[in-house]
Amino acid sequence: MSSSGRKLIPALALAFVAAFATGCAAENYPQSIFDPVTDLAVRVNDLFAGVFWWTMLVLAVVWIGLVFILIRYRDRPGAQPRKIYGSNIAEILWTLGPALIVISILVPTVRTIFYTYERPENPLLVEAVGHQWWWEFRYPELGITTANQLYLPAGKPIEVRLSSSDVVHNWWVPAFGGKRYNHPVTPVVDGAPTKKDYNVLYFTVDRPGEYPGQCAEFCGTSHALMRMLVVVQEPDEFEEWVERQRAPQVGLPAEFRTAEGEAPVGMAEVLARPAEELSLEAQGYQVFVRAGCAACHTIDGTSAVGVLGPNLTNVGARWTIGAGVMSNTRENMLSWVRNAPEHKPDVKMTPFTHLSDSELDALAAYLVSLK
Amino acid sequence: MATAEATIQTPALAAPKTGIWSWITTVDHKRIGIMYGVTALFFFFVGGLEALLIRIQLAKPENAFVSADVFNQLFTMHGTTMIFLVGMPIAVAFFNYLVPLQIGARDVAFPRLNALSYWIYLFGALFLNASFLLGAAPNVGWFGYAPLTMNEFSPGLNVDFWSIGIQILGVASIMGGVNFITTIINLRAPGMTFMRMPLFTWTTFVTSFLIITALPVLGISLFFITFDRFYGTQFFNPAAGGQSVLWQHLFWIFGHPEVYILILPAFGIVSDVIPAHTRKPLFGYAMMVYSSVLIGFIGWGVWAHHMFGTGMGPIADAFFSISTLIIAIPTGVKVFNWLATMWGGAIRFTTPMLFCIGMVAFFTFGGISGVHHGVPPASLQQTDTYYVVAHFHYVLFGGLIMGIFAGLYHWWPKLTGRFLSERLGKLNFWLFVIGMNMTFFPMHVVGLLGMPRRVFTYPAELNLGHINMIITIGGFLTALGALVFAINVIRTFRKGERTTDPNPWGAHTLEWATTTPPQVYNFANLPVVRSREPMWDHPEEMLAQTTGEPKAPIHLPPPSYWPIFTAVGVILAMALMMTGKWWPPLIGAAWVGIGIINWAYEPID
Repeated sequence: MSSSGRKLIPALALAFVAAFATGCAAENYPQSIFDPVTDLAVRVNDLFAGVFWWTMLVLAVVWIGLVFILIRYRDRPGAQPRKIYGSNIAEILWTLGPALIVISILVPTVRTIFYTYERPENPLLVEAVGHQWWWEFRYPELGITTANQLYLPAGKPIEVRLSSSDVVHNWWVPAFGGKRYNHPVTPVVDGAPTKKDYNVLYFTVDRPGEYPGQCAEFCGTSHALMRMLVVVQEPDEFEEWVERQRAPQVGLPAEFRTAEGEAPVGMAEVLARPAEELSLEAQGYQVFVRAGCAACHTIDGTSAVGVLGPNLTNVGARWTIGAGVMSNTRENMLSWVRNAPEHKPDVKMTPFTHLSDSELDALAAYLVSLK
Repeated sequence: MATAEATIQTPALAAPKTGIWSWITTVDHKRIGIMYGVTALFFFFVGGLEALLIRIQLAKPENAFVSADVFNQLFTMHGTTMIFLVGMPIAVAFFNYLVPLQIGARDVAFPRLNALSYWIYLFGALFLNASFLLGAAPNVGWFGYAPLTMNEFSPGLNVDFWSIGIQILGVASIMGGVNFITTIINLRAPGMTFMRMPLFTWTTFVTSFLIITALPVLGISLFFITFDRFYGTQFFNPAAGGQSVLWQHLFWIFGHPEVYILILPAFGIVSDVIPAHTRKPLFGYAMMVYSSVLIGFIGWGVWAHHMFGTGMGPIADAFFSISTLIIAIPTGVKVFNWLATMWGGAIRFTTPMLFCIGMVAFFTFGGISGVHHGVPPASLQQTDTYYVVAHFHYVLFGGLIMGIFAGLYHWWPKLTGRFLSERLGKLNFWLFVIGMNMTFFPMHVVGLLGMPRRVFTYPAELNLGHINMIITIGGFLTALGALVFAINVIRTFRKGERTTDPNPWGAHTLEWATTTPPQVYNFANLPVVRSREPMWDHPEEMLAQTTGEPKAPIHLPPPSYWPIFTAVGVILAMALMMTGKWWPPLIGAAWVGIGIINWAYEPID
């Protein structure tokens, strides 16, 4: 090999290490796996680190050996290679060596495998249901359903049950330590439960923060736009959030709320109220009712109980519109409602181009007010 | 060589050997090998173009170079093309050209079946790519997970093209597998025992067994999809009791042996090329054979390592983790044996040798990330991210493609009587090395920094734009290397250095005991083989037998148009399934029937 060739290999090796080292400052990379915030993530990263260094040893042996051989045994005038056909000792050694490394890797691996399926005591139960292309999050014990932005308490064990309403999705928040598939559920037949209709991830998040994630299994046209944000709060803050979500008539603008004990206001009455009397948000609620949004959406505290699309009860508090498509502003909300497919290819939400700009503006104002 | 020709019995061979008709009706394994090679290399460029378009789209975050749907078609077709239209056929090109020559035979066991395989491959490849003309190329990923592939979620023609197109290609592969197993068992020259066969023939043998057992699994699975889509079955419909996981198991039971089908030929090539360019015998021949066979067997027991995210439970996860790490051992043994072959040799840094070195270095690197994937908890982070994309491109580009290029540069002078330029060859090699590493190394990083697979874009906030730009530039450098290869080929035909030397590299195997290029009948007289390295141990004796005057009349299979005729029928039968009605495919079946009957009664002198 030419001398430039010989210098190239060490240069490449250095570049390799440098690239690895610089790449990983986790604050710069919101979806990095290198800032583990759960017990699961720490275990997973520790196991990976151990395996990684064993394999680097093997790689070093092979590459350093290769470089040495290429330099030492390059063809020279008068070179007479000996006809060596093999060596049983060599074969035994380089079978046994890797076998021992394999065993060293397998022991902690098998232990950690079982750990990832171990249910902690009294976890908070969350159901993450994948839809094309948004995430439904249900808290069965708390009676709350939300979408795309998941709220969790720090320091408490969580059980996330993963399933899908359509195709296979894959729930991934890198900081939490792993992902598992969301499989479509085989429906229960004749009351007999299926053996298992969800996958599970168990973890406890050690500190509050906002942790982004996204779908990791190709699920159709807008797979890349199926993102989520997990908002981890101190336990008391989380309790406050839960209370707010469960407050009666939470999604209803103030003008339409009735006192406790009174019957809720009916649709006809909502639509009958003259617009001049109402705030922009309340007018937006009228548009919501008139335009038939309840066919697909639920807003808790209203009569909208549609389940085809995301629950919008706190849509104004979400970090983006459309599961990661646009930042959450009134203008963007207007634009989304007017023509969602323009922003998210093949999205199931039909355009509402028949609504006037002022109607869309009021509707957007109402929606972003829902926190 | 008038005397030699006069002794060839087959009258049809007195007919012109040039012109399109002679290629259309050829049953000569060398010509079929060349056709496979040319077609596969053409699709290598097609798949490469698809890759470049993908990389342009991903060079910047939130890019709009192509739409989401077009991107999804591009990545699906890139994978499908590279695996089914390049990786497997280019290996078959080598099987075809080399195996009869390496075992001392005049052709394969079933020459017309051989031609049929090629035509089915070609027509299947054209059928699959015709989908682009309708703007409906497959768009569900090369492994199309159900139920995304069901009508409900993929109502267009895309998945129909995919399920039928790959089915067609699978048929071609299975026929080839049957052919090569029969050839290797039955047509070895006297003295060519199994343990004297070149490593490339051995890996062809193991690969062929994998093909005839794994491809039918794919075929059946694809029939399940096709029947679900056209004829109302419910294999994968959860609402009817079907399961999405069923598809994953079925697919990967095929899919894992498939990757050994892809890589074993490259292992064989490198095992035969290194000795020639280091003037030292392959170290550990027997272990190389046994490890190839062992990989073939164990390869059936690792499939669910592609499913560690599926949530199969700890026992299944642990079982497949163990089997996956076990299979790393015979694979590693091969790497050590190649190093030991070079140790103590006299290494000539010719282009074929450079590609072998690249193969050993980068396949090992890819194998390392493969071991990482074999650890299920770690895999929970890596799976479905660019870390996996990095892994398989290192083993497929760094392993398979480098091995193939080693073979191309090594056997080119034997095929054509000309050397490919060493200068351009080295440029090709270095562009591949720099390009490939610049493209695929950063993918490990970007995957662990949170970029999943198969995304048509990614948000700016993830700060992955710079790394993706580097990857894209690397992709273009790699493409430049491929362009240099194309230029090398063209230039060689115009003014490449010529040779008639039967053994210009000083190699050891029997394919070098022929004229350069080989006669249509390969060997004037079939050699009597007395060792594992006949062209090192008794070259003059071999050449005396195999070149010069044939001592007996030579019978060769005559050309035939029934293979291409039958291939048309196979395509018709499959493509007409797209009508959704049960009877149009029967027209194709009838066509195939006519072809086969005429073929069976065709006189073979």
